[in-house]
Amino acid sequence: MNARAETEHAGDGTRDHTANDTAGHAAAFERTIAADERIEPRDWMPDAYRATLVRQIAQHAHSEIIGMQPEADWITRAPSLRRKAILIAKVQDEAGHGLYLYGAAETLGTSRDELLDKLHAGRHKYSSIFNYPTLTWADVGAIGWLVDGAAITNQVPLCRCSYGPYARAMVRICKEESFHQRQGYELLHTLAHGTSAQRAMAQDAVDRWWWPSLMMFGPPDDASPRTEQSMAWRIKRHTNDELRQRFVDICVPQAEALGLTLPDPELRWNEERGHWDFGPVDWAEFRAVLAGEGPCNEERVSRRRRAHAEGAWVREAASAYAAKHPRGGAAPHVPTAPTVGAGAS
Amino acid sequence: MSRAAEDEAEPGPGAGWPLWEVFVRPRRGLAHTHAGSVHAPDAELALRNARDLFTRRGEGVSLWVVPAAAVTASSPDERDPFFRPTADKPYRHPTFYEVPEGVRHL
Repeated sequence: MNARAETEHAGDGTRDHTANDTAGHAAAFERTIAADERIEPRDWMPDAYRATLVRQIAQHAHSEIIGMQPEADWITRAPSLRRKAILIAKVQDEAGHGLYLYGAAETLGTSRDELLDKLHAGRHKYSSIFNYPTLTWADVGAIGWLVDGAAITNQVPLCRCSYGPYARAMVRICKEESFHQRQGYELLHTLAHGTSAQRAMAQDAVDRWWWPSLMMFGPPDDASPRTEQSMAWRIKRHTNDELRQRFVDICVPQAEALGLTLPDPELRWNEERGHWDFGPVDWAEFRAVLAGEGPCNEERVSRRRRAHAEGAWVREAASAYAAKHPRGGAAPHVPTAPTVGAGAS
Repeated sequence: MSRAAEDEAEPGPGAGWPLWEVFVRPRRGLAHTHAGSVHAPDAELALRNARDLFTRRGEGVSLWVVPAAAVTASSPDERDPFFRPTADKPYRHPTFYEVPEGVRHL
């Protein structure tokens, strides 16, 4: 429940105890995983399990807040008040998702400030997809449909992740992502049934976002060394290739319903497999974008750094106000009787 | 047996704001449930941050924020001995008792 209280004992198993105790803790950890129960923050866990989670949750959190940028670029240019309000709500949701995830990472003993510092210093990665630019309004639709759709395909199994706080954050996120995906699909559908110029714009956006969306599932299974351990720990429930295939199978009929095509000449139904076959993903491009050579890597991180620096005065003012008003300011209702048992609100 | 969490020293303005645990009452008649945590310099901002983070879609009718440092938690290492007294008292459950055939409303 309490991140600080929970992490205080974080390293107990390896720090304070004898080898026998550690073996006992490890056995208890393995039993919990095998029973498909959740590991909670103050439980003993292997150092590598903790490190894997921190890396994955941090990358996920960073992706949420960096992912605000490509879409926020279109808030001032949304074509109607309705679309503008939707887009603002969506971008705000992404900030919220980042905060849920930073909170989950903090229960593992890593502070949010530390993770943000690493993002700002370029030492932490985020999803490569956000290094592509949003060139037209239709990109907002393609991101909602394809990028958020791929994210949902990835994230639904994470709701059953073996680490409790991560799984709980994912439940909240998945509920909210489905609005994101639908608004994107509706936006594209509207364009696809509009003028020929609007239709062409929608098709162009899908052409540009399709392949990077497939890359979101990560490298193919035979080039993904961490997958096996993550699946044994039940952090991941499916391999990258399984999820990628699931996403392709979902998208093909959805594209048909839009009246748009997916930019893959090798896409065809495979009766024997019961899945859609698709062409090879350009993994050289994926590695290049991840390594910093994408169209927007520099812009995304420097804008993030600038936003953080420009917000410093707000944080300083809030701290100064709190120091002057040690009771926490004017508003909160301070109960005079115990509230937890009584259920006062 | 149990220890209170310790707050961290603040390294600078804005950094290391205290952590607050957030509890949401989803609707009248239900208890407040732990939803997550937020950082904030004081209780008022913690409430506002919690509202923005956890109730954007009408998920709650009441919010509590509690300084994380004020929570005292039982230790997972002592979970077994701590909760063991309950294990050998099956007579606390109604299923422990045999009821004669045909007796109703019991």
